[in-house]
Amino acid sequence: MSHLLDRLNFLSSLRQNTFSGGHGQTTTESRDWEDAYRERWRHDKIVRSTHGVNCTGSCSWKIYVKSGIVTWETQQTDYPRTRPDLPNHEPRGCARGASYSWYLYSANRVKTPLIRGKLYRMWRDLRRKMSPIEAWTAIQNAPEKREGYTRTRGKGGFVRASWDEATEIIAAANAYTARKYGPDRVFGFSPIPAMSMVSYAAGTRYLSLLGGTCMSFYDWYCDLPPASPQTWGEQTDVPESADWYNAGFLILWGSNVPQTRTPDAHFYTEARYRGTKSAVICPDYSEAAKFGDIWLNAKQGTDAALGMAFGHVILREFHLDRQAEYFEDYVRRYSDMPMLVELEPKGDSFVPGRQLRASDFDGGLGQANNPEWKTVAYDELTGKIVVPNGSIGFRWGETGKWNLEQKADGAEVRLRLSNVLDSDYDAVVGVDFPYFGGAATNGFEVCAHPEVLTRNVPAKKITLANGRETYVATVFDLMCANYSLDRGLGGKHVASSYDADVPFTPAWAEKITGVSRDKIIHVAREFASNAEKTNGRSMVIIGAAMNHWYHMDMNYRAVINMLVMCGCVGQSGGGWAHYVGQEKLRPQTGWTPLAFALDWARPPRHMNSTSAWYAHTDQWRYETVTSAEILSPTAPAGNWKNLSLIDYNIQAERMGWLPSAPQLKTNPLEVAKAAKAAGKEIPAYVAENLKSGALQMSCEDPDAPENWPRNLFVWRSNLLGSSGKGHEYFLKHLLGTDHGVQGKDLGQEGRQKPAEAVWHDKAPEGKLDLLVTIDFRMSTTAVYADIVLPTASWYEKDDMNTSDMHPFIHPLQAAVDPAYESKTDWEIFKSIAKKFSDIVPGYLGVETDVVQLPLQHDSPGELAQAQVRDWKAGECDLIPGKTAPAYIAVERDYPNLYRRFTSLGPLMDKIGNGGKGIAWDTKTEVHHLKALNGTVTEDGATRGLARIDTAIDAAEVILMLAPETNGEVAVKAWDALSKATGRDHRHLAEVKEDEKIRFRDIAAQPRKIISSPTWSGIESEEVCYNAGWTNVHELIPWRTVSGRQQLYQDHKWMLAFGEGFVTWRPPVDLKTTGPDAMKSLGAGEKHVVLNFITPHQKWGIHSTYTDNLLMLTLNRGGPVVWISEDDARTAGIVDNDWIEVWNANGVLTARAVVSQRVKNGMCLMYHAQEKIVNTPGSQITQKRGGIHNSVTRAVLKPTHMIGGYAQLSYGFNYYGTVGSNRDEFVIVRKMNKVDWLDQPAKVEAAE
Amino acid sequence: MHNFLFGIYPYIALTVMIIASIARYERDPFTWKSKSSQLLRKRQFVIGSVLFHVGVLVIFLGHFVGLLTPIWVFDALGISHGAKQILAIVAGGIAGIMALVGGGILLNRRLNDPRIRANSSFADTGILALLLVQLVLGVGSIFVSLQHLDGSEMLMLMNWAQAIVYFQPDPASYLVDVSWIFKTHIVVGLTIFLLFPFTRLVHIVSAPVRYLWRPGYQIVRTRKHKIPAE
Repeated sequence: MSHLLDRLNFLSSLRQNTFSGGHGQTTTESRDWEDAYRERWRHDKIVRSTHGVNCTGSCSWKIYVKSGIVTWETQQTDYPRTRPDLPNHEPRGCARGASYSWYLYSANRVKTPLIRGKLYRMWRDLRRKMSPIEAWTAIQNAPEKREGYTRTRGKGGFVRASWDEATEIIAAANAYTARKYGPDRVFGFSPIPAMSMVSYAAGTRYLSLLGGTCMSFYDWYCDLPPASPQTWGEQTDVPESADWYNAGFLILWGSNVPQTRTPDAHFYTEARYRGTKSAVICPDYSEAAKFGDIWLNAKQGTDAALGMAFGHVILREFHLDRQAEYFEDYVRRYSDMPMLVELEPKGDSFVPGRQLRASDFDGGLGQANNPEWKTVAYDELTGKIVVPNGSIGFRWGETGKWNLEQKADGAEVRLRLSNVLDSDYDAVVGVDFPYFGGAATNGFEVCAHPEVLTRNVPAKKITLANGRETYVATVFDLMCANYSLDRGLGGKHVASSYDADVPFTPAWAEKITGVSRDKIIHVAREFASNAEKTNGRSMVIIGAAMNHWYHMDMNYRAVINMLVMCGCVGQSGGGWAHYVGQEKLRPQTGWTPLAFALDWARPPRHMNSTSAWYAHTDQWRYETVTSAEILSPTAPAGNWKNLSLIDYNIQAERMGWLPSAPQLKTNPLEVAKAAKAAGKEIPAYVAENLKSGALQMSCEDPDAPENWPRNLFVWRSNLLGSSGKGHEYFLKHLLGTDHGVQGKDLGQEGRQKPAEAVWHDKAPEGKLDLLVTIDFRMSTTAVYADIVLPTASWYEKDDMNTSDMHPFIHPLQAAVDPAYESKTDWEIFKSIAKKFSDIVPGYLGVETDVVQLPLQHDSPGELAQAQVRDWKAGECDLIPGKTAPAYIAVERDYPNLYRRFTSLGPLMDKIGNGGKGIAWDTKTEVHHLKALNGTVTEDGATRGLARIDTAIDAAEVILMLAPETNGEVAVKAWDALSKATGRDHRHLAEVKEDEKIRFRDIAAQPRKIISSPTWSGIESEEVCYNAGWTNVHELIPWRTVSGRQQLYQDHKWMLAFGEGFVTWRPPVDLKTTGPDAMKSLGAGEKHVVLNFITPHQKWGIHSTYTDNLLMLTLNRGGPVVWISEDDARTAGIVDNDWIEVWNANGVLTARAVVSQRVKNGMCLMYHAQEKIVNTPGSQITQKRGGIHNSVTRAVLKPTHMIGGYAQLSYGFNYYGTVGSNRDEFVIVRKMNKVDWLDQPAKVEAAE
Repeated sequence: MHNFLFGIYPYIALTVMIIASIARYERDPFTWKSKSSQLLRKRQFVIGSVLFHVGVLVIFLGHFVGLLTPIWVFDALGISHGAKQILAIVAGGIAGIMALVGGGILLNRRLNDPRIRANSSFADTGILALLLVQLVLGVGSIFVSLQHLDGSEMLMLMNWAQAIVYFQPDPASYLVDVSWIFKTHIVVGLTIFLLFPFTRLVHIVSAPVRYLWRPGYQIVRTRKHKIPAE
């Protein structure tokens, strides 16, 4: 009752009991104080939610609420059980997630809408006299007004604003931009829909109804491995983490599972208990290295060399000296190795050319439909050349033969892999392979050999349609030559011994990678031998570490080749496990209509971000890499060397390979009007005027004011603080504010300028009119914004979350209402849409928009260009949708934008839904949604349609339409695919036909999704989800030219840049530590030049959590860069010193962590450590030190621009240029003056 | 004013001390602590703290016994006022110097160590400064006492203290002729009593004295309400 009285026990009988010989005693003191601790952990309710963060964790959490406040979170442990003999999925979660609730009530929570003060003042002044759109027009038309706020970006000066005013400015800016320049000048960037798919869809639904540009993330983040679409025609599909447990041999290659895949790491541990052997390949002694039975510490960036040597050993021991039966059978059925390649004469020898097609033969070998897209091979049974089922020509225009049955024309066949037997070949010919290892820079090992290696290949001589005679060889025979294996055919540059000094032997790789040949042979042998004994249960877990190099394709293809050689892809416990950033959006096909407003208009505007930011942040003006440096010595004839990288991109956009944003220099709304006035169909009108030059594509002149992006929404993202490669160029050219760019552009340097892109001597600074950042925390991107809108945190909104690491779908839920004045993303975009519809009548009405669409993967457009022909060079006519992008008229109803946003449009009824090349009807689902969500009862354009008012309504739309969450749709989808393949796949979902997952179901417990043809694995009680499983076991072709795993890339640009076959390419020289950077170094000043590596960290998920006090406390409390002891000594740096890290791109400041763990010659800066925390000023720029991306710049690779060519066709986040950043070098020195740049704010005189 | 300071203020101070202490103990038991800065910085702590606490404890005991023991006890024991005065000067002087040095070290830590300074409240620094002022006054009073080695001045102080405790009328009258330094010392002392419940001084009454004679090393709270007889 009273603490004091309780203690007044001096007179009470103590009668103490003692124990342990008097060393212990019991007392009867009051225990009431314990209640304080009971109260501490008492709560009112627990709500299931998760963290919508880009980590692929997708962990279900219990959120505890007490007195209306979120107090803490703990891991949920109620995932559905796995089958016997497989560990369960939980516990899932990590220290980062457990610290999340700190954000909700922290000081860096964005609490109210914020507007840049100078903009706000102008706005209020003008609004007294004018309408919103007039006010915005007045600001944009007066350069001094516009610069008044754009130049202060990133320098503070925010004031609180009301939602009403903030959304009014945004709506006015969007409306002004749409009418003045075109709606495609309104950009929106948001990544990883899977992490909170409704929130993503909110923004893109608004943009798509407006006609704005939705920007990709996966390629921009460089998490997209282009090798995956190149090989499989698949963006990325991977096994779930539980499948690691089924592996017999696991290679962790540049992936740090315990650190970056924390919730899944237990499967790795459990697999090792089961007896799985593990090899870990990474340059530093990482957390994963400790798990390995063997650690291969290859020099950073040399993974392809290592992979080539592995491949050399596997081919030698399992395919040549002895033919492992399982392997041989697998590659015959599931790879393009038996396909025939034409050998084109070049000088005295030959180069590998195109894979032969049916159309090359007389009468197209009987193929009337798409013969130019059907690959051919020898049939061992008949000895004849046949057109086996499954190539991409069978996918479009006919049904029933697009499958991997071993058949051609209905007859059984057995494809011949090799012509090496004396009786099989007509001649042994010399074939040229490029070799790039003879030149390397920045300390990467050079292994001198000629740049063209001519090797002997067994060839057949055949006669083609026009009577032309040619030599052909199988991909397998060419591959063996490419891996320099001596097959007894004589000739140079081949090896019969692993110790030979010939490219790609283990001895050769030892020199380049620093890994001893014994270890290479040992790992290759065990990897393959395990796969042979277990039918493919060897797996490679692979991370961004290898994918972030400029020549990432080589790293990845070297690995993929190993897996295909050993029959691992598509087998349980085997295959390629790339876990980077894609976070599988499981109900993707149900989500797309909601997200891109396909229920109202098709197609939406999608853009590949890498090309867009490269152009719009003017990084192309500073390009240091020339095409000559990366061109193959075996390139076909062409004007390759005179084009710069942006020129290749412009050509790609022109030929319809890559998308554009903006699309046309003229406002597309005006184009539609002009076409109507001219009385012409839009495609014809655009084609005619593009040819005449009256219309121009924006990509040809990115610096012209008409072609700037004008408005940018960034939500669920920290573009400037995390993923913005070339950060300082963003600041300089896109935002027009203080920056740290050190280098000069091509004009200033007097170097060769691009041939296609228009050069302006003065580069624009400040292209954006308006940057809107929507976030719950004051991130770096928010700091640079013009308007910051406070969004609900992950414990304050209803949404959904899925991952590639496990097969469950589960919710984010509002445990409490959004704190302060924040709103959910769904409500924010709804309110912008409402405001837009309110102010726009009289300014914009029902308009026709002209949307430009590149040749899409998984559509007939992927068969558009068997040859590379540029219409502008007069090589062909401009035919929209065939030799150029398609131009499609789309109706925009601007005054009804809000009504359209909040209801499910009529196209779902009329056209239905689909994905990945198949389509199905959705009338039933639309009907069900009307019943479930209710219909619009208000009079107007949307009366009678299903409502999508709340985020939960939106979630129900996704769940209802997606085959993964609606068994009825799954069956329809499998039926649709069955028609294409001619095989019955319905059984994969039939048992689940009656299952329909609703939002309240997943709120009760995470639910396992239903097998769907959108994905290449299945959900079953027999096997874990594994990529490629349905290709191997259901005989569904891969979506590639040959329909098989495509190991040979025969596109002209691939051959030009030397990547027909995988090979070793040293990192490129970005030349950023030259005079521009070195000038900042004092005479004789100690420093060190290091390779700049930016892996994922332990104390944050990208930039999230890196400003979280709990994580900062566990870490060193601010930005750090790890360097080796030797390098630290050279530069006179000791642990915890402040250091400056810079090159021509910019400068950053951080503290040094000096560690034995790090290899000499490289430094590690865990990426995305926010510069808003504990970052001092730089001595060079006198500005606050930058972020990890301050020293990087995106460099494009022409092979990633290819389109209109089967698997090499554009798809959003599927194929396109990627923003690599690991070839970068930096100068590191100790800072002799640490200036925090703290000064009192200057108070501006009131106007 | 004289009457207020020495006749009424003592009762105010003592009342506030007792009632506010009880209130704090009841309402906010988790704030009842010494708030030691040892975890923040070890340097100078042990020497400063030990000197200060030993000194202060001796002085406290000396004041308690010296002022509140009835005069007849001393008389009965045959201790002369002069001898008592000498004892007080010597023992109090040594202890006072110890406490002053120790307190000085602690105050230096508190003001000049950035970590401790950042963790100090106004009350933390203020009470330590006040104690040091009081120590300076106390040690300073030795010079006055040296002129009254007969103990007459001390007798006045004893009378006043006992008058307060025995609720005798007009206690202030005993102090009319006392030196200003004693008067100031008393006022500051009473103020310390007044502030006691609002500062870390409360840890004085929670000193774990029982620890000295506890029988066991492992103390376990019993779950049983009645202890079975052995």
